[in-house]
Amino acid sequence: MFKSLLIILHYEILTTLRQAYSWLTPVLFFIIVVCLFPLAIGPDSTLLNKMAPGIIWVAALLAVLISIGNLFKQDAHDGSLDSMLLSQHSLTLLVFCKILSHWITHCLPLILISPILGILLQLNNQQELTLIITLFLGTPVFILLGAIGSGLIVGIRAHGLLLPILIMPFYIPVLIFGTSSLIAVAQNQPLSAYYAIMGALLLLSLAFAPLFTAFALKIGVDQ
Amino acid sequence: MFFKLGLDWLGKNFLSPKMFYANTTKLLPWLAILFMSFFCYGLIDGLFYAPADYQQGDGFRIIYVHVPSAFTGMAIYAVMAVCAVITLVWRIKIAAICMSCSASIGAWFTFLALVTGSIWGKSMWGTWWIWDARLTSVLILLFLYLGFIALQSVIDNQQTKERASALIAMVGVINLPIIHYSVIWWNTLHQGPTISQFAAPSIAPTMLYPLLAMIAAFLFFYGWMVLTRMRSQILLREMKTEWVKKIYE
Amino acid sequence: MNDIFWMGEYGTYVWTAYSITLFVFGLNIFMTYREKHKIKKLLKTLRDEST
Repeated sequence: MFKSLLIILHYEILTTLRQAYSWLTPVLFFIIVVCLFPLAIGPDSTLLNKMAPGIIWVAALLAVLISIGNLFKQDAHDGSLDSMLLSQHSLTLLVFCKILSHWITHCLPLILISPILGILLQLNNQQELTLIITLFLGTPVFILLGAIGSGLIVGIRAHGLLLPILIMPFYIPVLIFGTSSLIAVAQNQPLSAYYAIMGALLLLSLAFAPLFTAFALKIGVDQ
Repeated sequence: MFFKLGLDWLGKNFLSPKMFYANTTKLLPWLAILFMSFFCYGLIDGLFYAPADYQQGDGFRIIYVHVPSAFTGMAIYAVMAVCAVITLVWRIKIAAICMSCSASIGAWFTFLALVTGSIWGKSMWGTWWIWDARLTSVLILLFLYLGFIALQSVIDNQQTKERASALIAMVGVINLPIIHYSVIWWNTLHQGPTISQFAAPSIAPTMLYPLLAMIAAFLFFYGWMVLTRMRSQILLREMKTEWVKKIYE
Repeated sequence: MNDIFWMGEYGTYVWTAYSITLFVFGLNIFMTYREKHKIKKLLKTLRDEST
């Protein structure tokens, strides 16, 4: 069973990487949004340093949101979603595979480019490290929760901005703790609590989101 | 055992749309009457007879509409969440109808809570909005309601609409404590201890009774509205059946 | 009377809040019963068509 899941993972990652558009655009969006803020609020370094956690996290959140709606779109179009639903493998595990491959192809580039963007926004070294770790802990939660919404809207054709509206309230805890950890590290406060809470949110989402996504897919496809 | 008896009685009399419609006809005027009595008492007592707060003067009277609307907004979401679970697990149609009808009423109450809270804030603290934990949580609750309503409006198929929105309501209610506590935490992090919250400290009985009456009034209003809407929806959905045709003979 | 209306400088706020509340209540009642009337009208037209 794990072999077939590995095959699916391999397939998903390869297909996404081959279409440069699908993995490149979230990163470029992330970079551009982050660069818009200094242009909007002025080049004052202290101000940018203060606002940097919020800017980077909101930009990462938006970059995830624009791509998560299409998680199941291709599969719904070419019929592989139906075969996923009918297959002998647990839909939850298949969904988890898709989520994992989506995170690897869409969020790892974000995490890798975030230190450079941190430099643009005048973050210091400690903050850079914390930024990478918290993005590492937080972006999977974004994708896991976004997958639930994506499963719900899989049958809807012209859904527009519905998915962001549905899912954004659920992103708020991750956003709060992610940005607060960056502020705390700038004030030399201990970070273990933040990592613990973000880790807890990650584990909670890992446990429940694939299950709910599978349930949502069954609801969404039964049209 | 009484629980099972109670469930049986509920099931026999309220489960099918036809029985639900028949058995709630008498209930509706009572809900309206109870609403109006509690509302009038709460309004008059709260506006004119409750003593003025020594700290906030007469401005605190907004509490008599702000707290009930916030409470009702949250209570309605809880009702929607319970109906969502019942819809998903047991696929009971009445629960789905209740959930859909409650959504817009709940959204209005939440909106009202925000507006009255904002007016209260302006009169007390001189600012139209303050990012304190309670107002921010109510704002997020409004977003949850609006997302639910948006999802309902986009899906055409009735059954998918019910189950998809039930799922989002359920995910919402699971996330709500997490969001609420993270917002409280965020608020204490960013605010100095010198700025106090909106909460009234301890409340005297003469001030409390109108408040309780208004909360009851708001809840009865919700019951009246949601029941009327549910009955209209039942008539619409069951319009091809015999019993509906008999009503309009 | 003046005292009740002005409420010691808080009058505008309190009365605005209460009137918005009443407006929202009225709006809800209006919308609920309008929907009910629409559906009843629809059912009546269906009955008239079938007879």
